[in-house]
Amino acid sequence: MAHPGYFDAAAAAPLHPAAREAMIAALTDGWADPDKLYTQARRARQLLDAARAATAEVFGVRPEEVFFCASGTVACRLAVLGTLRARRRVGATLIHSTVEHSAVLGAAQAHVSSGGTALPVPVDRVGRVDLAEFAAALASPGVAAAALMSANHEVGTAQPVEAAARLCAGSAVPLYVDAAQSLGRMPVPPGWSVLTGSAHKWGGPAGVGVLAARLGEPWAARWTPPGPEAGSPSLPAIVAAAASLRAAVAEADADAARLRPLVARIRATVAATVPDVEVVGDPDDRLPNLVTFSCLYVDGEALLHELDRRGFAVSSGSSCTASTLRPSHVLEAMGVLSHGNVRVSLHRETTEAEVDRFLAELPGVVAELRARSGVIGL
Amino acid sequence: MTPDAIVDARGQRCPLPVIELARRLADVPVGGVLRVLADDPAAAGDIPAWCRLRDQEFLGEVPVEDGPAFDVRRRH
Repeated sequence: MAHPGYFDAAAAAPLHPAAREAMIAALTDGWADPDKLYTQARRARQLLDAARAATAEVFGVRPEEVFFCASGTVACRLAVLGTLRARRRVGATLIHSTVEHSAVLGAAQAHVSSGGTALPVPVDRVGRVDLAEFAAALASPGVAAAALMSANHEVGTAQPVEAAARLCAGSAVPLYVDAAQSLGRMPVPPGWSVLTGSAHKWGGPAGVGVLAARLGEPWAARWTPPGPEAGSPSLPAIVAAAASLRAAVAEADADAARLRPLVARIRATVAATVPDVEVVGDPDDRLPNLVTFSCLYVDGEALLHELDRRGFAVSSGSSCTASTLRPSHVLEAMGVLSHGNVRVSLHRETTEAEVDRFLAELPGVVAELRARSGVIGL
Repeated sequence: MTPDAIVDARGQRCPLPVIELARRLADVPVGGVLRVLADDPAAAGDIPAWCRLRDQEFLGEVPVEDGPAFDVRRRH
């Protein structure tokens, strides 16, 4: 195993070998400016066009409907604001779930700051959006667009994208799907009008966001392609992103079949071996590689440090730190415990042995932290 | 409502307000109400979540002058 104990793929997955190979080849071959009119430029242009075509094929769109940008966050912003701009004549209301990624919520906030309206739709205890509330929001006057992620980045719960897309289609509202966590891990649900992803979540390089927009749909008549605000990723990074996306999608079923039982094992074992723990998110309808739990009376940051000391890299939605004052908006929206929170996200290189070592060490780590703060038996 | 006891956890970061709640609720008679003063942003979610996990009754956030306060009734 190349990255033992690394359980934070939801932040950044280790580079896929297909990305490394494609990047090295493109660094050698695709260094010229693809917009120029000489042989070297044409070679770079060919690589870029091939990357765009491969990405378009994965999303089921035409190559001219794919846009590369500087990061996943930038892609989210372009998707939200670009879709709203295209629909400006219809209205200025954006519908979104309360558990969207902060990049989407940030774009929604920017929309509100410039005079628009945002209608957040609540989620249930497992973090799934309330479809009745979603439908009610769609019936509001002046709805320009709706945003619903494919699966949640903190708790793994899959969202009912297909059902939401049907509701949106019934109201002729374009649906934007942030698929950052599910691309290369689960099939993309049908029905979206705009979709975004982030290459380093599927094993591509950091610094490449991708946006796909179905420009043949009526709402897109007034769509304007992203301008300079999109940033321009390096051509070798785009080539690597496309190569690794294709590889990850091809391997997705096999990876999921291997990782899903490991996630189920973590869910069951943590609940059985760590007292006073709340495993959160939907137990079944979820990302195949991610599991989240909260340990009562434990400081999330202390837990992360202690696990890091033992060679485990995990993430936390807790706010028991000086760096983040607010707890995760996702855990808050679900109404679950936010302190002592741990998110474990696996990747294609994760082994059963690593997971078992984590499960063997975790109960002792939690018990030690609780003993240190004198909360045993509370 | 006048609570039976008040615990002041202002200035404490999570998970300390919830730990204080767990410690002090034991001193309140069954049916009695403990008020937790807590200004940590995590307390607003964590106190009702703790009540759910421990089967205690969360009565809600109450408006008091000295900042956010949460009332919990001891069920058992």
